[in-house]
Amino acid sequence: MSAGVGVDLENLWIRFGDFVAVRDANVNIKGGDFFSFLGPSGCGKTTILRAVSGFLDPSEGNVLIGGKNMKGVGPNKRPTALIFQNLALFPLMKVWENIAFSMEIKGASAAERRKRADELLEMIALEGQGDKLPSELSGGQRQRVAIARALCAEPHVLLLDEPLSALDLKLRQHMRTELREIQQRVGITFIYITHDQGEALTMSDSIAVMRAGVIDQIGDGKTIYNDPATPFAASFVGENNVFRGKVKQVSGDRVLVQSNRSGELLARVSTANVGKMKEGDSAMIFIRPEALELAKTGTEGDHYVSARVVNEEFEGNVFNIFMEGDGGKEIKVSLPNHGQSFDSHKGETMTLRYDVKNAVAMPAGVLATE
Amino acid sequence: MNLSFLRLSVWIYLAIFFAYLLGPLVIMAVTAFNSPSFPSATPWECLTFEWFSALFQDTRILNGIKNSIIIGAGTVVLSVLMGLAGALMLTQIWPKLRATYYTVIIAPILIPGVVLGISTLVFWDRINRMVGLGPDSVLSSGLFLTILGQSTFIASYCMLVLVARLQRYDTALTEAALDLGATHAQAFRKVLLPFMRPAIASAAVLAFLASFENYNTTTFTFGEYPTLTIELAQKVRYGISPAISALAFIIVILTVFAALTNEAAIRRRELVAAARREATVAELSGGGVKLPGFLSGNAAAGLLVALAIATIVVVGTATVYSPDQCITDIREQKRIEADLRAEELRRKRDEERKLKAAEEPAPAAPTGTGTSSGSFGGVFDPNALQNAPAAPEAEANPPAGNNSGFGGVFDPNALKGTDN
Repeated sequence: MSAGVGVDLENLWIRFGDFVAVRDANVNIKGGDFFSFLGPSGCGKTTILRAVSGFLDPSEGNVLIGGKNMKGVGPNKRPTALIFQNLALFPLMKVWENIAFSMEIKGASAAERRKRADELLEMIALEGQGDKLPSELSGGQRQRVAIARALCAEPHVLLLDEPLSALDLKLRQHMRTELREIQQRVGITFIYITHDQGEALTMSDSIAVMRAGVIDQIGDGKTIYNDPATPFAASFVGENNVFRGKVKQVSGDRVLVQSNRSGELLARVSTANVGKMKEGDSAMIFIRPEALELAKTGTEGDHYVSARVVNEEFEGNVFNIFMEGDGGKEIKVSLPNHGQSFDSHKGETMTLRYDVKNAVAMPAGVLATE
Repeated sequence: MNLSFLRLSVWIYLAIFFAYLLGPLVIMAVTAFNSPSFPSATPWECLTFEWFSALFQDTRILNGIKNSIIIGAGTVVLSVLMGLAGALMLTQIWPKLRATYYTVIIAPILIPGVVLGISTLVFWDRINRMVGLGPDSVLSSGLFLTILGQSTFIASYCMLVLVARLQRYDTALTEAALDLGATHAQAFRKVLLPFMRPAIASAAVLAFLASFENYNTTTFTFGEYPTLTIELAQKVRYGISPAISALAFIIVILTVFAALTNEAAIRRRELVAAARREATVAELSGGGVKLPGFLSGNAAAGLLVALAIATIVVVGTATVYSPDQCITDIREQKRIEADLRAEELRRKRDEERKLKAAEEPAPAAPTGTGTSSGSFGGVFDPNALQNAPAAPEAEANPPAGNNSGFGGVFDPNALKGTDN
């Protein structure tokens, strides 16, 4: 199998009439990486993928694959293979003919094609199913056939456009692991498009978070989750509680914020925003539900938040407590279930403790809409 | 009571409906096997196959069929190609222009065929003259003009059929093929064309049938290549013969045959697909899938076989069966009937004559003889009998024909008179 090659997007702009689908994207994807574009639907991630695969010409900027500029190179001449959202298996061809289509194009004999298809069928654990039609397979099997068909073309870069979105939850989780395994086995570059942060976090080496055509942040999963660069990235990836307020005091990467409801809160400035916050600016602090703990009532200070409990729910692995929060939004606290007893505190005011390193502050901005 | 009445009326309605639809065909089929030379179903005279042999000996009809098939094939090729091009264009064209383009393409269907025929003739005649070719050039050949004229509107039919299929085509399939390294031509040939195949087959059948039955466009363009419809129309003008019923019967049988074959094939494909779905992997790869037989669970296939057997039986009977005896019998019977009728008429006439003969002397007697001896006006007068014939005898011949309602057709004297 061919080694993966890097993909670079340089100052990429894509416009449809007046609408800007992608705004000045600059991305360096290393060869052999599993790279995800994560964003809500309509944010331009599929557009980027089509520009990489060659179905769309960028309005400005360049797409480089393996360091070579792809300007004017058609999709059939690029070392990429795309897995479509609806898979686009050829309905009238048998499974093995589907898989070996790229060889048929090059004029390989039927025996050769059959042999290669059988090898790939074995790899995706569908031995002996080659003579079926795609419509005779289940959703997960079709998914794997689409991957095998793309891999048969021996691409240097595999592009996946939300390939798991049509599957049910169990299968989706299973396919995540499987995709990651396949990627590590074949060692080529995967570019993965998804709106599901769980998929992006579990599989990717690197993630680009996109909002309305703009790439907000690029980083590995841990960085994106723990150290978001923008309020959008903070609120789109995983759950987060937001506290709005004004900056009262900055010292190094620590900032004291006078929040609208919860008093003064001390927080850490996110890495991307160090030096960008000054006194009097409006700011946002994000604290994850699992970073909040119950504290003894009556304690006060920078590391504590007090609020009234409005609702409680038991989710199995966690107890969720919802408290009155800022701007109509509730503060969510998740307490891991260790089998401890849990008394209802509905209507009471409770105090929550957090670590300053888990409270991320940044200049106020647009949040992801749920 | 009420319900059964409703059900009964539905059945009656259905019976009337199907009688209306199929009745003419049945009557016509019967006339093809009846011996009278004017197509008639009743009275049934003799089972005969002579109209079929008359049909196959009619060179004009055969030539018409040949021309129709050539023109049909040409129209199929041209129309399907143009229809496919139009359909591809329609699905890929800029959305704002689509409605306009659709109207333009569909217009030929709405234009009367007569107009299309005339315009085709006039247009190509101009072209022919502009190019400077003679009246016997390809451009003015009946085959060329008819194929072109018919294709103008048949292509639109084809396009409608093809567009319906093309709208269900996922363009991602073409993109997938391109992405896997195919050229545009390969993507078209290996992905789009196989997908379109059923629609192309339907369009071809439709085009052939539309071409075969076309009359009003063809009538202007056929030139020296009259099609079957043209020949039939000309034949009917000079009088109809059961040979045309025989032709119609053959066409009906072929249609039923084709429909049943198609139906049986579809049913079989469904059954095979079902069997494949239930088969295990081992069975599939080992080729050990038990596929259903051709006839199992396939009513259409059963009917098809029955029809084929019936056809063979009928054709077999036709080769050995000779209706000569029956026809002679019928002719003999008719002759006897005619003789009997003639005999009866003659007898009636004789009686009338006798009656007349008896009455005529009566008024003559008083003047001629003057012997009125009784109240019976001399009827029983022996002299009257002797003298009376003498007077009408002189002028017997001229009025002889006028004394029967048949204008003397059955009068032996009339025959004699003409012989002389």
